[in-house]
Amino acid sequence: MKTPLLEVRSLTTQFFTEDGVVRAVEDVNFEIHPGEILSLVGESGCGKSVTGLSLLRLIPIPPGKIMSGELLFEGRDLLGLEEREMERVRGNDISMIFQEPMTSLNPVFTIGNQIMEALQLHQNLDKKEARRRAIEMLDRVKIPSPEVRIDSYPHQLSGGMRQRAMIAMALSCQPKLLIADEPTTALDVTIQAQVLRLLKEIQGEMGMAVMLITHDLGVVSEIADRVAVMYAGRIVESGPIEAIFGEMRHPYTRGLLESIPQLEEKKKRLNAIPGQVPNPMDLPTGCKFHPRCHLMIDDCKKEEPPLYPVNKNHFSRCIRWKECC
Amino acid sequence: MEFQTKSFWHYFKQNRLAVAGLAIILVVFFIAGTASLIAPYDPGKTNVSKKLKSPSSEHLLGTDQLGRDVFSRMLYGSRISLSVGLVAVAISLVIGVFVGAIAGYYGRWADAVLMRFVDIMLCFPSFFLILTVVALLGPSMLNVMVVIGITSWMGTSRFVRAEFLSLRERDFVQAARALGMKDRRIILRHILPNSLAPVFVTATLDVATAVLVEAGLSFLGFGVQPPAPSWGNILTEGRTYIFDAWWLTVFPGLAILMTVLSFNLLGEGLRDALDPRLRGRR
Repeated sequence: MKTPLLEVRSLTTQFFTEDGVVRAVEDVNFEIHPGEILSLVGESGCGKSVTGLSLLRLIPIPPGKIMSGELLFEGRDLLGLEEREMERVRGNDISMIFQEPMTSLNPVFTIGNQIMEALQLHQNLDKKEARRRAIEMLDRVKIPSPEVRIDSYPHQLSGGMRQRAMIAMALSCQPKLLIADEPTTALDVTIQAQVLRLLKEIQGEMGMAVMLITHDLGVVSEIADRVAVMYAGRIVESGPIEAIFGEMRHPYTRGLLESIPQLEEKKKRLNAIPGQVPNPMDLPTGCKFHPRCHLMIDDCKKEEPPLYPVNKNHFSRCIRWKECC
Repeated sequence: MEFQTKSFWHYFKQNRLAVAGLAIILVVFFIAGTASLIAPYDPGKTNVSKKLKSPSSEHLLGTDQLGRDVFSRMLYGSRISLSVGLVAVAISLVIGVFVGAIAGYYGRWADAVLMRFVDIMLCFPSFFLILTVVALLGPSMLNVMVVIGITSWMGTSRFVRAEFLSLRERDFVQAARALGMKDRRIILRHILPNSLAPVFVTATLDVATAVLVEAGLSFLGFGVQPPAPSWGNILTEGRTYIFDAWWLTVFPGLAILMTVLSFNLLGEGLRDALDPRLRGRR
């Protein structure tokens, strides 16, 4: 097996608020290989975005704090780097795109200006060369007539175009890893598909790895290679996409998949997982999912289950994974 | 920005008073810039045989007790009033933006310390503070500019802080961080340009205040020292002759009034045009 590009070992991130400690991410382990698309899936508040931000050390400190763990990027622990060195990693080795293309671009500068800024910062290009590369990037993300569009301000572009510009900006320095935090959530469904296809295409061309953070399983099924399902700050199931969609071994994953509306079925109500996401300041004992789980037995309340290996690369955090699903 | 600029002018033009203010300010700037060319006499040249002459075609605004041409002195005085106003505001902007940006961006203890300092500064009645400092340092144009500058930045810093507090939470700041930018760069290049609109407005209004304070200081004898002409000290010198030579006090008074009023009108016009929430109220 190849060495992973990024290896996350027992990452734990907490927020110290006035009301108490929020355990946003607890003992999360995963790895991303070069050229792979890993999808982090879960409901709002399950810790997937915090995981993404933790990788770039962008958690606001305080109130947040990365309590422990290792983030081995090409063998280097990102958590041990000086802020200065970390700045060189951000945007250059690891880049990130965000959910809201409307607000992620600076309204007072042209998009070209913003793409060039990243290039000049990390690649030491002069203005002319940076501009040439910026046009090239805009062309690559399929923005029509990039030589004209480069001088547009964000408000002159549509949502889809802005997200493309965002992608161009994030990818301008050819990062090895792109963290995409809900990149299509704010877009129209038709645009979503285009942006996803674009992302997949560029990912293939550039051979970079992508960590896709989303709650949309439709998005996952379209482009991911591997999936990690998060619940209450923990990874509850992880495995290759076929395994997760075909032979899921965790009742939560199953619940998520069943709650996708099916076109063929003429049911009136959606299948929803009963109950609510637990309060992160007051998590249940044992398995965090047990209050909502139809397979719950007394043992579930006692101890937090480890990740059981279903096979070589498929893991489930459920005592009854054998019976499940 | 092309789009925004258009709508800015569109809204600004609707405010007639602000346009008038801008026009007057431009005229004053023009006069200050070309004073040496348009002044009919040397402002310092005395001619006792022609003292206290009322306005005539020879001396448009009359002469003072030493026979100096008031019109020429007023033209040169505009230079002093404007430069004191602008330099003082520039100093206060630099301090105010710096303090506000640091407090707003870093928050927490930096914010607490700096804002308490601002509160302390605001507690002093600023005119008396300025008077005291000028009295200690000795009156001169430079001292007046610096002292007005370092006693008037607090409003700006509060504005800038408030803008930074809200802007630093915006996604594009997070995005800039994710691209590996340093704090300094984020502050200067990404947040500051977004927070400048209200700063311009307060700066304009501050110029009016600074011009007024300079006139007040000069009137009290703590400002620009004679024989250098400033509107304030022309006024003081004319005070003695107020019943015999009204032109010595009325014209400098009017000049101060018009300039201060114009800056205020312009500032309000800018605020209304830049703040979409205030549009259409007038």
